[in-house]
Amino acid sequence: MLEVVHASKSFGRETALRDVSAAFPDGTVTALIGPSGCGKSTLLRLLIGLIEPDEGRVLVGGEDLRAADLRAVRRRLGYAIQSGGLFPHLTARRNVALPARRAGRDRAWIDARLEELADLVRLPASALARFPAELSGGQRQRVALMRALVLDPEALLLDEPLGALDPLIRSDLQRELGDLFERLGKTVVLVTHDLAEAACLAPDDLLLLREGEIAQRGSFRDLRQRPASDWVDRFVRAQFERVESLLAGGAP
Amino acid sequence: MIARLVAAIAALVLATAPADAEPVVVGSKTFTESVVLGEIATQLARSSGAPARHRRELGGSRVLFSGLTRGDIDLYPEYTGTLRGELLADRDIRSSAELARVLREEFGLGMIGPLGFNNTYALGVTRETAQRRRLRSVSDLRGHPGLRLGFSNEFMQRADGWPGLRDAYGLENPASGMQHELAYRALASGDIAAMDLYATDAEIAYYDLVVLEDDLGHFPRYDAVLLYRLDVGERAPEALAALRRLEGAIDESTMSRLNRLAKIGPTDEAPRVPEAIVAQEFLASALDVRSEARATTHWDTLGRTTIEHLQLVAASMAGAMVIGIGLGVVAARVPASAPPVLWVVGVMQTMPSLALLVLLIPVFGLSPLTAIVALFLYSLLPIVRNTHAGLTGVPAGVQESARAIGLSSAQRFVDVELPMALPMILAGIKTAVVINVGTATLAALIGVGGYGQPILTGIRLDDFSLILLGAGPAAVMAIAAQLLFDLAERALVSRGLRL
Repeated sequence: MLEVVHASKSFGRETALRDVSAAFPDGTVTALIGPSGCGKSTLLRLLIGLIEPDEGRVLVGGEDLRAADLRAVRRRLGYAIQSGGLFPHLTARRNVALPARRAGRDRAWIDARLEELADLVRLPASALARFPAELSGGQRQRVALMRALVLDPEALLLDEPLGALDPLIRSDLQRELGDLFERLGKTVVLVTHDLAEAACLAPDDLLLLREGEIAQRGSFRDLRQRPASDWVDRFVRAQFERVESLLAGGAP
Repeated sequence: MIARLVAAIAALVLATAPADAEPVVVGSKTFTESVVLGEIATQLARSSGAPARHRRELGGSRVLFSGLTRGDIDLYPEYTGTLRGELLADRDIRSSAELARVLREEFGLGMIGPLGFNNTYALGVTRETAQRRRLRSVSDLRGHPGLRLGFSNEFMQRADGWPGLRDAYGLENPASGMQHELAYRALASGDIAAMDLYATDAEIAYYDLVVLEDDLGHFPRYDAVLLYRLDVGERAPEALAALRRLEGAIDESTMSRLNRLAKIGPTDEAPRVPEAIVAQEFLASALDVRSEARATTHWDTLGRTTIEHLQLVAASMAGAMVIGIGLGVVAARVPASAPPVLWVVGVMQTMPSLALLVLLIPVFGLSPLTAIVALFLYSLLPIVRNTHAGLTGVPAGVQESARAIGLSSAQRFVDVELPMALPMILAGIKTAVVINVGTATLAALIGVGGYGQPILTGIRLDDFSLILLGAGPAAVMAIAAQLLFDLAERALVSRGLRL
């Protein structure tokens, strides 16, 4: 269970989050959505302690991050960002192995885990020997997922995981990612600016943010049929037809 | 048993140490006459049985005088006019007795001489200029305020040089400073109309110059003497006794002849004679002293200067890499420290290298350390700046990922930041080493050798092959150093960063 309680955060004079409370129970997949600058990435980065709230608390498994050993907490969470955030000077294999190596896992454990993860995200073994610059965008994203998963975290935190991909690959990978979440059964919090992607990956729990505050939280159906405000209605309608056609096309 | 052995060894060491300790170190200035006199003094001291060493072409009068008072050298040829009119100008010394007293009591120095010739300053013009402009004396220059004058750099600055001469004669001609040997060529080519001469310069006859009469008696006497530290009298009295034989032994025509042999050669066609041989022949004919001349071949010079140059570059670069990368890391990790750190190393870089060298002499003396410290300071900026830029240039997403996957600050530095900044750091080191190898040639200005020495000597003797003997290898060393760091880059930088 991840939780933020009355959290506020400002960057200089910009307020990124204003008194936000939200819980992410075990095993649920939640999409943080909203227009750019709404605070969705800030919320995600609060959850893994990359930034601290000015006010309020962040709890991971009931533990307050202010008092926690951040490195230990981060090892219990998997994090991946747009275009992967892979280390360009390390091969795919060493990118994935690095967190495990530094967490004290031995070689045999790491090798076995790499094989398992490559299977899970469908990365060809040959790609593991390549440097990030030698991989396709989709492969980079798979490697980033492997690195986020290598220490078998309690939760996955993903910031625009498919943001850097072109549309065709994106819709393929979107389905694959949905399958993966289902098989893992882990808590997932992901950030996207795309309502279609949110509806596809987390149809039951969307958290819509506007100017640092929660505009509405609920299933895609709730947001569409019972918008909490005119603004939510307009935000959803703007992307409505695209989402409908995508769902009609046979999404989960 | 062991105690007795230790005592015996200690006694042996104590007994032998002073015997082959510290040779008498003779210095000379960067012009031929001084080098010839230095060589004569060195060989004569050696012939008395005392070990002696000649540090040639150390610099100008002030460098030599401060080197002597500091103890970097024990002895060097000087001129009374330079002592009274320049080095001790603030003392207003009236007699040679008073000069000897001041040197002894205030500086702990003794004087051998006069050696027998007065190498006074003079102004010279070509015969053609003298006839066309009707120039006979310095006063005649007043009628030609448009004539350009070219003076040796020291003459431009010295109280008894151009500033004093200009005031004494009321001259208004434009004057510029240049290397003394180059001034002869500027005079011959007509770029300047008059220059300063030393009365014993071999070129006066060679270029058929007219010496303008010092009709107002501005220039004092410049009697050649040997200045020495008084402690030489205790360390090597036999050397001092031998050197006294030079008193009155060299008259003006003799000195002119020796200068000519060393700078031009016995005839216009014959090659010039190395200073060591000139000195040896003089000692044999004038004093009947057989001395050992250590003439060097180009190969000797190349080998010795390569080792000296490498030592200067290696020591200063090693220091600059350790401290420079360290400062760059601090500047990158403590953002508040970056502006002051970069500013200070930037200021070091803007200091003229020559000024930096001279400023460091009072601290470290005429030693390689002075040159190494100056080169170290010069090499810092590119290394610090590139280390800082490389570390702060790691993309934000990568830095964030490194934190998010649970790496500690030290692990992030070792696993991510340093390897990613490495190409930039190595580029800074490459820039630094090229600057360093080139700037190290200036070390010769304070007499600590390196490739600059053949270059300086080549300029002095107008010998292009000697200049090449320094400039060529310096260029090769710069290229080689760069190749070395290219190889290091290949070995150390991840292929992933070169894709």
